[in-house]
Amino acid sequence: MSTLVWSRDLLLAAFFLYVIGTIIFTVSVTGKKFKNKEGQQASRRLGSVGFVITIIGFLCEAGYFFTRWHADGHIPVSNLFEFTTFFSMMLVLGFIIIYSIYKNNSVGIVTLPIAVIVIAYASVFPTDVEPLIPALQSYWLKIHVTTVACGEGILSLSFMAGLVYLIRAVDQTKRSARTFWLEAVMFVIVCTIAFAAIGGIFKVQNYSESFKWVNEKGQDAVLTYTIPAIVGPHDGKKISGDVQKFGPLFEAPSWMNGKDAPKKFNTVIWSILAGIVLYLILRLILLGRRISWILNRVMQGVNLPLMDEISYRAVAIGFPVFTLGGLVFAAIWAEEAWGRFWGWDPKEVWALITFFFYAAYLHFRLSRGWEGEKAAWLSVIGFCIIMFNLIFVNLVIAGLHSYA
Amino acid sequence: MSQKVVCECGHSNPEGTILCEACGNPLRDDQTKPILTMRYEGGALRSQTYKRTIVDKIWNYFSSVKVGVVLIILIIIAMAIGTILPQDNAIPSDDPATYYPQHWGTFGTLYVKLGLDHLFRSWWWVILLGLLGLSLIVASIDRFIPLYRALKNQRVTRHERYLKRQRLFGITQTDQPDEIIEQAKKALKEKHYKIREENGNLLAEKGRFARWGPYVNHLGLIIVLVGGILRFVPGMYVNEGMWIPEGEQMVVPGTHGQYYLTNHKFILQTYDKDNKKYQEAIDRVGGQVAKNFQSNVTLYKAKGDHVLGEKPDLVKVKDAEIKVNHPLEFDHFRLYQSDFRTELYKFNFKLENKKSGKSFGDFSVNLQNPKETYDLGSGYKVILETYLPDFYFDKNGTPATKTDVPNNPAFVFKMISPEHPKGELSFVALRTNIEPLGKNDYKIAFKSMETKNVSGISVRKDMTTWIVFLGAILFLLGVAQGMYWSHRRIWVQRKDGELWVAALANKHWHSIKKDLSYLVEKAGIKEPIDQLEQKVFQQDKERGLHP
Repeated sequence: MSTLVWSRDLLLAAFFLYVIGTIIFTVSVTGKKFKNKEGQQASRRLGSVGFVITIIGFLCEAGYFFTRWHADGHIPVSNLFEFTTFFSMMLVLGFIIIYSIYKNNSVGIVTLPIAVIVIAYASVFPTDVEPLIPALQSYWLKIHVTTVACGEGILSLSFMAGLVYLIRAVDQTKRSARTFWLEAVMFVIVCTIAFAAIGGIFKVQNYSESFKWVNEKGQDAVLTYTIPAIVGPHDGKKISGDVQKFGPLFEAPSWMNGKDAPKKFNTVIWSILAGIVLYLILRLILLGRRISWILNRVMQGVNLPLMDEISYRAVAIGFPVFTLGGLVFAAIWAEEAWGRFWGWDPKEVWALITFFFYAAYLHFRLSRGWEGEKAAWLSVIGFCIIMFNLIFVNLVIAGLHSYA
Repeated sequence: MSQKVVCECGHSNPEGTILCEACGNPLRDDQTKPILTMRYEGGALRSQTYKRTIVDKIWNYFSSVKVGVVLIILIIIAMAIGTILPQDNAIPSDDPATYYPQHWGTFGTLYVKLGLDHLFRSWWWVILLGLLGLSLIVASIDRFIPLYRALKNQRVTRHERYLKRQRLFGITQTDQPDEIIEQAKKALKEKHYKIREENGNLLAEKGRFARWGPYVNHLGLIIVLVGGILRFVPGMYVNEGMWIPEGEQMVVPGTHGQYYLTNHKFILQTYDKDNKKYQEAIDRVGGQVAKNFQSNVTLYKAKGDHVLGEKPDLVKVKDAEIKVNHPLEFDHFRLYQSDFRTELYKFNFKLENKKSGKSFGDFSVNLQNPKETYDLGSGYKVILETYLPDFYFDKNGTPATKTDVPNNPAFVFKMISPEHPKGELSFVALRTNIEPLGKNDYKIAFKSMETKNVSGISVRKDMTTWIVFLGAILFLLGVAQGMYWSHRRIWVQRKDGELWVAALANKHWHSIKKDLSYLVEKAGIKEPIDQLEQKVFQQDKERGLHP
């Protein structure tokens, strides 16, 4: 019991350390605007402080991981909360490596807040210690899942560097397709923050309401919502919570087949609604200007060729790591557990799509010379594919991987 | 007919060569840019040389990276479409044509009509993969051969125009070229360059193997595809399944009667509900979380030749516990614990006199393999006339059976007693007892039923697995080989009392520049200038990107 408490506290500590790290890196880069020598030195010093805090945060998160392992009795990567948290850890690890090589503060401004958002996002899912079902009882769980998370973490770093590149390179003085799409990326990030905030608020209040419904396997089951139901289960009946007060406004379509899909769908709707509100507030604060506009101001000092190189290097390293974990190890385990190394399960297919996409990225870059902004846009699409596989495939599509 | 292009250095190049393989002299007039394009060493790509016949045109089409990338994008789109709805092998029904419309309405109908429910077995999907394979092969051969030739035939002494138009180039004025060259040799050796000398000129080279990386990884992918195709060769791939009840012995399908399996027991374990550690999680899913699926089995092998249809003598091979993640392996076969169900196994009856209620003996009917006659002694006998394992009334209203699985067993018994030596007929099913030929004196009373666990075991043999994994490993090695090492060359050449230094890397220019600064420091030559960076810097300045 006590190790579980420890692990929760350590994760919380990591969360706040990353928040502090974000602030410090932001100040260090904004401070660069004073182009004198002292200013640069101060910025470098601040960057080092931010880096040390990031490392302490990472150690806390590693502490969370191993104490949770102890509490679980198995490696803590077996449900969405655990996997997503581990993914954030890999993101930060990738950042630490990149920082040690390039000593660049700009990547920190994007990577750390995204790590924070990912942890917050993860914490909205059930955090109970879960037993392993027979299919997961294999040492390949350790090997396959950690390698995949590591590969995805490194590939995501490519997106972070690419995003910094775009924020700096896209001309914000006039409206264009590029400003629109970049702002769309910002909006999605805002939605994720809103999602974590909503989840957190209702979690603190211990909100709960339950429905009786027929689940994805065709069995009668009870589905418990932890945030108010805008959308209820298909043919569901409310059995607990405030039955009178706030009923579901409509029902989830029956074709949503993921595990507990209506509940997750409800969360998506909340995130988008809250995201819109939060986004509009931000726009008001910025006097109507785009979020990417203010970030562009902040990141005036960014070294573009360096961002391009970091983005490419991350793909060069992440691509084989992902292939090894997401396709090769995955195939070996599938052969062991299901008797076929490949079975066109949605998660497998999307891993293959990720593989093909980054293969195309490398061909565009190495053969057709797509560097700089074009490559940065590709890295954004790549990240969307990874997130799609991480979230949407579990949410909407039923398959062998919908454990959580 | 291919013509040779003879360079002024005397080397004879294949038709279409851009830079002489031996000395690097630009052979085509269109090389007007200040920096030479060093792709594939300026070798003669077949696709860039021959463009007349149909074969040329097909070759050129598939050798294009653009076409390859378009194929990749098409494949990505196809795969994404294939995950919108589950594939037909992932639905709990054998009848996609009714299942999809039932669950997904018009969209489901369309999905099945277009054959998207089995997209990954469709002809056009196979063709798409085939085209990608073709593109991999053609593009690799197209580039590998000229590249290999150029690197093999390269001479140390290079043409003036070749050196001058490298990205990194510098001229050092000196009176002691010999000394500098000696120093340079030493410095480059320390950096693990391989050094070749010719007429007092130097060529330092390292990491050439990195150039083969793309071809190695493409070869790996081709091997993976070949492995996939080999599955269709008979004997390479077996994919069967068997439902084997506890206590029974069955032939293992796909083994041609060579192996038999006895299932002693199926075990299903769940996590303890009161387990403190997992309690919350177990409660959340309603109290049942599976911990173990296991079949305890014995494997037998048939002895010698045997008559078809007759059960052979069996030799025990081994006892085994088949669990999820722990298949039973033998002779290239693997048996997997993949499913289980509980099946009706036996019905126990008694023969009763209706009036007195007196029983004249018990008997039980095995639902898998029922006996015909049940002799109860003292002149009492029951004969099973008809057995319908999965009883229903067909269109004409007559009793029939849907399947061979005893889901809803029904029986027609003939009851023979001393009073009725010819027998009375009784129709017995669950909650039914009908007397088809009037009033009987005797009846068959249902006593109890027994159920039995049935293990779902899948049988696999896949001789292609190792080929696919070999391909995958080759792919990864090729990717590492091509991406983590760079091919670097440095030329130091004498030219009328000057030393010309040029350097070329296929990527990671940063690293070769570091090597060059080391060379500058140790040998005292002038640092070569990056002619491209100057140009880029100029452009960026115009765009206002550099502060």
